[in-house]
Amino acid sequence: MSESTTDLLRFATIGSVDDGKSTLIGRLLVDTRQLFDDQLEAVAHASAKRGVGDLDLSFVTDGLRAEREQGITIDVAYRYAATPTRKFVIADCPGHVQYTRNMATGASTADVALVVLDATTGLKEQTRRHLCIAALLGVRYVIVAANKMDLAQWSQSTYNAVVSQMNDVGTRLGFSDTVVIPVSALRGDNVVERGFEASWYSGPTVLQALEEAPAGLWANSEAGARLPIQWVLRQHGGGRTYAGMVTGSHFSVGDAVTLLPSGVTATITGINGPRGSMTSAVPGLSVDLDIDQDTDAGRGDLLATAPLPTVTDEFEATLCWFSDRPLTPNSRLRLKHTTRSTPVRVNTISGTLDVETLTVTPTDQLVTNDIGLVSLLTADPIVVDDYRANRVTGSFILIDEVTNATVAAGMIGHASFI
Amino acid sequence: MTTSAPSLVDHLDILEAHAIFIIREVVAECERPVLLFSGGKDSAVLLHLAVKAFAPQKLPFPVMHVDTGHNFPEVIAYRDERVATLGLRLEVASVQEAIDKGRVPDPGPLGMRNRLQTVALLDGIARHKFDAAFGGARRDEDKARAKERVLSFRDKFGQWDPKAQRPELWQLYQGRVNAGENLRAFPLSDWTELDIWNYIKRENVPLPTIYFAHERPVIKRDGMWLAVGEFVHPEPGEVVERHLVRFRTVGDATCTGAVRSAAENIDAIINEISVTNVSERGATRADDRFSETAMEDRKREGYF
Ligand SMILES: Nc1nc2c(ncn2[C@@H]2O[C@H](COP(=O)(O)OP(=O)(O)O)[C@@H](O)[C@H]2O)c(=O)[nH]1
Repeated sequence: MSESTTDLLRFATIGSVDDGKSTLIGRLLVDTRQLFDDQLEAVAHASAKRGVGDLDLSFVTDGLRAEREQGITIDVAYRYAATPTRKFVIADCPGHVQYTRNMATGASTADVALVVLDATTGLKEQTRRHLCIAALLGVRYVIVAANKMDLAQWSQSTYNAVVSQMNDVGTRLGFSDTVVIPVSALRGDNVVERGFEASWYSGPTVLQALEEAPAGLWANSEAGARLPIQWVLRQHGGGRTYAGMVTGSHFSVGDAVTLLPSGVTATITGINGPRGSMTSAVPGLSVDLDIDQDTDAGRGDLLATAPLPTVTDEFEATLCWFSDRPLTPNSRLRLKHTTRSTPVRVNTISGTLDVETLTVTPTDQLVTNDIGLVSLLTADPIVVDDYRANRVTGSFILIDEVTNATVAAGMIGHASFI
Repeated sequence: MTTSAPSLVDHLDILEAHAIFIIREVVAECERPVLLFSGGKDSAVLLHLAVKAFAPQKLPFPVMHVDTGHNFPEVIAYRDERVATLGLRLEVASVQEAIDKGRVPDPGPLGMRNRLQTVALLDGIARHKFDAAFGGARRDEDKARAKERVLSFRDKFGQWDPKAQRPELWQLYQGRVNAGENLRAFPLSDWTELDIWNYIKRENVPLPTIYFAHERPVIKRDGMWLAVGEFVHPEPGEVVERHLVRFRTVGDATCTGAVRSAAENIDAIINEISVTNVSERGATRADDRFSETAMEDRKREGYF
């Protein structure tokens, strides 16, 4: 999610039901030889049992009994692929509106979205909805597979129509880049192997686009470094170090840091990584930091370099509401933000976002799968960045205090398109 | 004040960091965590990471071995060596004990016991009031595992409900449970078999000897090579042969198959895995071969 590496790419796949997402992932895995013979055999066997032909590639990804029986995807399936240049973590997201929470789960850690859409029918409402959620969650780079081009006789005008639709959406949602690729997932053209039907197309295949896509977008050397403290380690000889994962930018020995919320300032005197001591630590690494001040810092506190995050107990946020029970003002819940958890109250609910039109409608309650704009009040102060600046210090979840269910995902601030 | 930007890290560093992060989160949020230690390579890596996560302190929680009673002696020797060297607290959840107490039907001394592990595991969790159990499961192992969260919530009966999993966004792992409920935590979720081997190589993680090629008497049963030993005897018509073999997973001796291999060291194993055509479970686990959804069904009942 905010890692400083280019050899691992996390991407989420999104698309409307029947546009061919499962077939495309199956094709990607089969053609890059990620599947073993016995797994292919199992897919062939399952396909035959349900009378759907020799090898229904979509069975490669749908794993649960109910999913196979109903022919739908309920939850994210994680897949892994590796090429000589990259390891891919693929979050294959479900399409149905009632499983938005699962789609959000998959997209929340993705650097890139791979969108599959049926080129013959164009961009559907469900895909627009997912693109909007992906954008809210901070996905900025989109690869579009304009699928079923075999059914469109590889018509360039069909492809161009998809490109212009996507440019439109991309501009509104603020994607930094959108690559559109004409493909046939069923036949394999332009997925891993280049197809020859679209002689007018000279861009990358889906695999090439994935290999070239920027990874580690959230590591930003201009931003401050942050270490939410997970655990205090007692060192031999009595000293203490602060363990956690680095986010934002890197820490180096000698850096001036501020412990928040207390505001105590100190200097980093040592960094221990999983392979011993180091002089600096990049985002995505789990380390422990030694500082030159004796403090009572503990889990939930945060060490930061400038520009410093904000200490607050009242803030505006964008919420994805997951629960079946509506959210109303004054509701009391528990908030988990970085390594801190605190009671929280809903001050106001100002509106819900229409993910189609990107307009906000005033409301005083949120129902399942609503995207809402709210203001929250926490019992203990939390140390935050705007979500657009830091995905770790800018995000939180809300928990029902009785059932312990995770009922919402929240982002500090709101996207520029709202 | 900051020096020039440090160099990038590779994907093993990221997988390692993420696993350590998860382990620390669970230990901080749960009251009584435990690490399930089978002596297999995945749990060996998991233990290695857990030790790193809290160094130089001692591991702040015990390990539990779910013991089918059908062990490879090499694996038990390895388990005991690790426990002694690292100063661990070991709990054993015994399938034999569950059989003796009549908690589960006795499949006979040579019968397959992997399914019975679930009962022993749940009994062990209840007896020690563990609220979180770390497991070495990876999502690339099976299609049901591919859908499971890093923190997998289990109800009072230890059951997994795949249709109602908790949303799990970013790295906000949510470990709150009510009394009697528990979590399974899978820090190696995003690792593949190859990642595990590359990490074992990089870190010199010790392993039981049966992972490396050695000659032993085997029989072919249901298309798998089973090691002849205390719990596997040739049946009429089965021929005992001697072959150079190694194991890709470690489980109950009656249903864990060996593969023919001359790979005597980690480099040779990594080479072999890079070109193999058969998955780890397909090659070596009879217990998952019965139905399309065998793993999902076992997880629903409370399996790892
Ligand atoms: N002609 C054609 N059919 C396709 C293509 N890709 C997928 N399909 C078919 O479209 C249907 C839906 O595909 P599936 O992958 O299950 O869609 P999902 O719901 O998006 O996962 C199936 O019958 C596929 O065989 C394609 O490129 N060309």
